[in-house]
Amino acid sequence: MAARILFPLAVVLAIVAVALIGGSIPFLQPLFSVALLYVSFAVFLFGFMAKVIGWAKSPVPFRIPTTAGQEFSLPWIKWSKIDNPSTTGGVLMRMFFEVFLFRSLFRNMRSDLRSGWLIHSPTKWLWLLALGFHYSFLIIALRHLRLFVHPIPGFVETLDAVDGMFQIGIPPLYLTDIVICLAVSGLLIRRLFLPKVRFVSLAADYFPLFLILGIVISGLLMRFVFRVDITAVKALATGIASLHPVVPKGIGAIFFVHLALVCTLIAYFPFSKLMHMGGIFMSPTRNLANTSRMAYHKNPWRKPPKFHSYEEYEDMYREYMKEAGLPLERE
Amino acid sequence: MAKELTPQEMLRIDLTPPNRDWMDIPTVIKPGIYCYPAKPEKVEAVGMPNPHVWSPLDDDWGLPEDWKETFLQGMRERLDKHRSFKIFMDICVRCGACADKCHFFLGSGDPKNMPVVRAELIRSVYRGEFTKAGQILGRLAGGRKLTEDVLKEIWYYMFQCTECRRCSLFCPYGIDTAEVTIIGRELINLFGLNINWIQEPVANCYETGNHLGLLPHTFKQNVEFMCMDIEEFVGIKVDPPFNKKGAEILFVTPSGDVFAEPGIYTLMGYLLLFEHIGLDYTWSTYASEGGNFGFFTSLDMAQRLNAKIYAEAKRLGVKWILGGECGHMWRVVHQYMNTFNGPPEFLEEPVNPLTGTKFENAKSAKMVHISEFTADLIKHGKLKLNPKRNDHLKVTYHDSCNPSRGMGMFEEPRYVIKNVCNNFYEMPENTIREQTFCCGSGAGLNAGENMELRLRGGLPRANAVKYVHERFGVNMLSCVCAIDRAVLPASMEYWVPDVNVCGVSELVGNALVMEGEHERTTDLRGEEIPGFAKAEGEEVKEDV
Repeated sequence: MAARILFPLAVVLAIVAVALIGGSIPFLQPLFSVALLYVSFAVFLFGFMAKVIGWAKSPVPFRIPTTAGQEFSLPWIKWSKIDNPSTTGGVLMRMFFEVFLFRSLFRNMRSDLRSGWLIHSPTKWLWLLALGFHYSFLIIALRHLRLFVHPIPGFVETLDAVDGMFQIGIPPLYLTDIVICLAVSGLLIRRLFLPKVRFVSLAADYFPLFLILGIVISGLLMRFVFRVDITAVKALATGIASLHPVVPKGIGAIFFVHLALVCTLIAYFPFSKLMHMGGIFMSPTRNLANTSRMAYHKNPWRKPPKFHSYEEYEDMYREYMKEAGLPLERE
Repeated sequence: MAKELTPQEMLRIDLTPPNRDWMDIPTVIKPGIYCYPAKPEKVEAVGMPNPHVWSPLDDDWGLPEDWKETFLQGMRERLDKHRSFKIFMDICVRCGACADKCHFFLGSGDPKNMPVVRAELIRSVYRGEFTKAGQILGRLAGGRKLTEDVLKEIWYYMFQCTECRRCSLFCPYGIDTAEVTIIGRELINLFGLNINWIQEPVANCYETGNHLGLLPHTFKQNVEFMCMDIEEFVGIKVDPPFNKKGAEILFVTPSGDVFAEPGIYTLMGYLLLFEHIGLDYTWSTYASEGGNFGFFTSLDMAQRLNAKIYAEAKRLGVKWILGGECGHMWRVVHQYMNTFNGPPEFLEEPVNPLTGTKFENAKSAKMVHISEFTADLIKHGKLKLNPKRNDHLKVTYHDSCNPSRGMGMFEEPRYVIKNVCNNFYEMPENTIREQTFCCGSGAGLNAGENMELRLRGGLPRANAVKYVHERFGVNMLSCVCAIDRAVLPASMEYWVPDVNVCGVSELVGNALVMEGEHERTTDLRGEEIPGFAKAEGEEVKEDV
């Protein structure tokens, strides 16, 4: 296997090993919980902001939406208000569908060449895996709020109840646990085995997948195999959230593995492709209204063009123009 | 070379990339794929840097000493000037959704033509030269250093992208390879490394006003030749005005329509339409180019060439501008012109003088598309049409990339076609409208020496035409793009013989019933219309 697969895997395994050791040594536990979380959270916050501000510093000189439907035109022509928006409301709708439902990915198509014919057929796998992964990740993250906030907010309780409604096993297996396992595995399998995706994949694509897989596995292990003292974890979490951190005794090492992987993910976030989370909101082909001819769009760095003026042109070709009977500014 | 490859041989395409790192696959520049380099005098003519004689097949490309710093500095500047470029360098997750959306990949199987990889060619330099991780970890972080080989690879693939934006439609973050290619080409042009097929039209357009370098009198003559054809085939005299001050409308179209088949028939269609409605308009020999090969060079050059249109509109004192059928011209007109050289406050909000329709969507840029204009005329019953004259045609419509994904004009041309033709058939839905495939030769790649690339890139479009040709007997591929009209005939001849190419306005011109016309037995091409042809001494047979 190529280095671009083995290297990120080795890094994730190394993090696991270090956290296992660190988490087993009581006097190192504050370092592997409180300090690590504060530092990585700070890195995330500042890194994320710096990146977004960095993007925002570059202007959008031209209005270049990718138009995916009929433009606003003559009054009797039905226009695509969302896929080719000309109003702020339309743009918001388009962004809503992009951000929450992955509209563009839903459009996905596979093209195959079969006995001389290019066949284009819809394929929803990537969309399904992506949607399954992002939503289960989101719900799982929100569910974790129960550890940090006291009393537990109502919506977290509701999420918990809905997510665990099938009551499979004790403690109950959450639906999102199953979905995220399937989705992350699916995304990894795509990268490993689909020739086109494998060809374009970098270490930076495998690394977050391995990390997240590690987070999911360690989380599940903690819940179902190496049970940790959940009250102690909650005490640690609320302490961290209220900026009065205490590290209770007796939290199993597996917890520190889980936490170290999570911290790695959030600290790595701003410097990685995971920033697509912020980038999608700022993508000029999606978040601009198609009003290029309707309204003036200013380019802050515009310079007046140097061009061949009509006067120069007439001076150059006056004789020809005269002979051809073309009107002249100066005879 | 392409010409020697049969379509069957050309179709032996393996869309499965090798099981290797793309950085390990050396790029070999192949004849039939690349275009000839820009001639130094054409680079010099517009004051662009480093004009010199070079060849893509040579080892030494005549790069200036400090080319690397210039390239990286140029990249840095563009990261600061374009949020699109900056974001697109950072957020690609390489999900692969774009991989099989590119006509060049589908037609060639070259894995570096997957849009994601084409962008990675530059993104890898961004990571390797500008990000800490890339500087330290190198390839492990997907970074590489800028070397001459890297530059050559970027050059090769920036001229295997037609900026059609099909990939951007499918990208979950809207990453637009066209943006990357536009900027990639700007960087290449810092060293005089343009291709001549782009550079020469740019230089011509700068000086004479059009890509073909037609001098004022020649431009006028060419249009007048077509008036003579109209007189012969239609039986009426048309006398189009040139450089006329005080006309209501300035008409601008790509110069290809003035010069070569089948574009000239489209131009005859415009002439007939304007005559039919008695439009107060003028041509300009100075702003005689709607197309803009500057757009394929640098945004700066695009702005310089585009500036003539507003300048001429101002000089002539027209109220608004009408634009002919062209693809990238309309990307520039729709998405760039107003920002480049506007707002044109000396113009008025466009109103159709015959119907009173206000073109709301063009109220700031003040330029209207001929299909929007014609659709409005037909809707208001201002045209007398006999679509039966197009009955021998089974027509399909090719959405050009730029009016599709950089504007969204889908219904207007279809409405026009359906009113002037009785037999209209759509190609499969995944190959039309916003999902349309490029002709394969856009963005300045319509040269002769890269014919293999063009035919390969044209495969997805041609394949869909072949489908409707075999299923419905389609024999005419209509479009609203001058490059399409210039290049699709070659693609059709190769992939789907028996299908011709025309502009939408040509179909309009054939159907228009002109006042004072004689019996129309031939179309605008001078070919007899089946069912309308007059045999010796016989009355005209009007089909019912």
